Amino acid sequence: MNSHLAVPKTYKLYIGGAFPRSESGRTFEVADRKGRFLANAAKASRKDARDAVVAARAAVAGWSSATAYNRGQVLYRIAELLEGRREQFVAELRAAGGLTQSKANQEVDAAIDVWIWYAGWADKYLQVVGNGNAVSGPYFNISTPEPTGVVAIIAPQGELAAGGGLLGLASVLAPVLVSGNTAVLVANEAAPLPAISLAEVLATSDVPGGVVNILTGSAAEIAPWLASHSDVNGLDLAGAGELEWVDLQISAAETLKRVLPPETGVPAPSIERIRFFTETKTVWHTKAII
Amino acid sequence: MTMEQSTALAPASRAVQLLGTDLSEKNLKLHLEGLSGVDAVGLEARAAALATRSIKTSSKVWALDTIIRLIDLTTLEGADTPGKVQSLVAKAINPDPSDPTTPRVAAVCVYGDLVADAVEALGAAHGSGGPDGIAVAAVATAFPSGRASLAVKLADTAEAVAAGADEIDMVIDRGAFLAGNYGKVFEQIVKIKDACRRPDGTSAHLKVILETGELNTYDNVKKASWLSILAGADFIKTSTGKVQPAATLPVTLLMLQVVRDWYRLTGEKIGVKPAGGIRSSKDAVRYLVTVAETAGEDWLDPHLFRFGASSLLNDVLLQRQKLQTGHYSGADYLTID
Repeated sequence: MNSHLAVPKTYKLYIGGAFPRSESGRTFEVADRKGRFLANAAKASRKDARDAVVAARAAVAGWSSATAYNRGQVLYRIAELLEGRREQFVAELRAAGGLTQSKANQEVDAAIDVWIWYAGWADKYLQVVGNGNAVSGPYFNISTPEPTGVVAIIAPQGELAAGGGLLGLASVLAPVLVSGNTAVLVANEAAPLPAISLAEVLATSDVPGGVVNILTGSAAEIAPWLASHSDVNGLDLAGAGELEWVDLQISAAETLKRVLPPETGVPAPSIERIRFFTETKTVWHTKAII
Repeated sequence: MTMEQSTALAPASRAVQLLGTDLSEKNLKLHLEGLSGVDAVGLEARAAALATRSIKTSSKVWALDTIIRLIDLTTLEGADTPGKVQSLVAKAINPDPSDPTTPRVAAVCVYGDLVADAVEALGAAHGSGGPDGIAVAAVATAFPSGRASLAVKLADTAEAVAAGADEIDMVIDRGAFLAGNYGKVFEQIVKIKDACRRPDGTSAHLKVILETGELNTYDNVKKASWLSILAGADFIKTSTGKVQPAATLPVTLLMLQVVRDWYRLTGEKIGVKPAGGIRSSKDAVRYLVTVAETAGEDWLDPHLFRFGASSLLNDVLLQRQKLQTGHYSGADYLTID
């Protein structure tokens, strides 16, 4: 036995901690930059999006009630696993995106750095974003951010080298998770492999099933269903620049979603991305009985 | 044993009609054991085939509204309070406050001691048989285990009927059934049926719960279905909802087949109520298909088919809102139960 028949991988969706095929049974071919066949991937339908939202909603209670310290640890652990799978991500970036070895290495490094940067904020952003408000009375008035719930994300699209790869994914996914939201992420349509490999990392990490759900396929087809879905609380249109994103904003407004507009390239790490998908709760408390 | 088997049984009219006037436990047992065995593989394959039907667009709209009309909206918890019953009733009358065209459910189903609360909360909406009337069903006879003396069971039933229950959901004595003591089970159903009588001569409808999850085999389900119908059941119901497995499609299919056979034999229509474990609209639609294809479309009526459910209603309302608005809805747009 010295001949080996290559086994091309068929990538699936990631919903509720499992890897189902699309409910529709559809697949599409993923090609490299020169149009050569790389793999088959599942083409998600609106019903897959619906199932993903159900899974994400079910995961909100557990993930948002985990302590900030615990969430930080879980996110940090993902970075550890990414480090361990480095070779696979580098190989995918090279094969699908045509990156050189050193460029691919840089991209993976940057993605892990961003992930760790956000993980560190888990038990710190409250102190920065929250407030002790000035009031004219003998009581404390405190504002504190809480996760908004289920956030749908259109991941950066297009060339892997131009933000459509692992770095772009980490830059939109991590800030949503930090505060305790759960996510339904629509992967880069042209090059979904890093997203599904990330799903394989998440599935073997400590992230509870349903906290992250990843759909591959046509963003133009799935996004309107997520934007209008009443059980989605936030919408990150980071990679929706090429879609009819104004329409998405309009239908998201019907159910008062928080909507981040499209970005060019990779969104820069910022605490604003964490704060954006939170709701502010303000409470008062008496100062003391003297 | 042989002595017992020759014991004369109460002359329930259906049993007399089928088995003759010298009704005895031995006759009953001979009849039940003489029923043809159930082809389990065939039954499950048939149920699985019926579950693959695709119901779309206008048929789906009709199916969802029909499901709501067939629901016995149920709360059967130790922690039930009069307030919980009031909110259940409010939901039964007006399932989706954002859409007044939503039909009402068939009945609310509560424990016997909460019947008066349910009747009071329903007020003018109370009524069995009317197009918009909501009936009150009460579980009785030491629900869910059925482990009590006959006297206790009869008192339980009579109290619920006196409090205004329109329907009684009784459990059979599974222990007696599994021990082969069919006569005892039969007698109990006949006596409970008697206890359903009201002073004015009318009678509360009797649903007999077989608790199929404890009967172990399809043959037993078939025997228990026949036994209950012979003893006078108006409805045969799969489960209490307290035992797993609760309602399954094959078991419901089998009970519908018995009901169909009884209809062909006597021209009399008996109702079927699957209860417990039916949580999604998709599942419920499969039951509708099974009813229509087995007993016939006549059975898609609250008088002949019911779903015993609580969380099913919210899922149906979600699907209904999706069809009306064109986008997916969420739990924030429904009442909590």
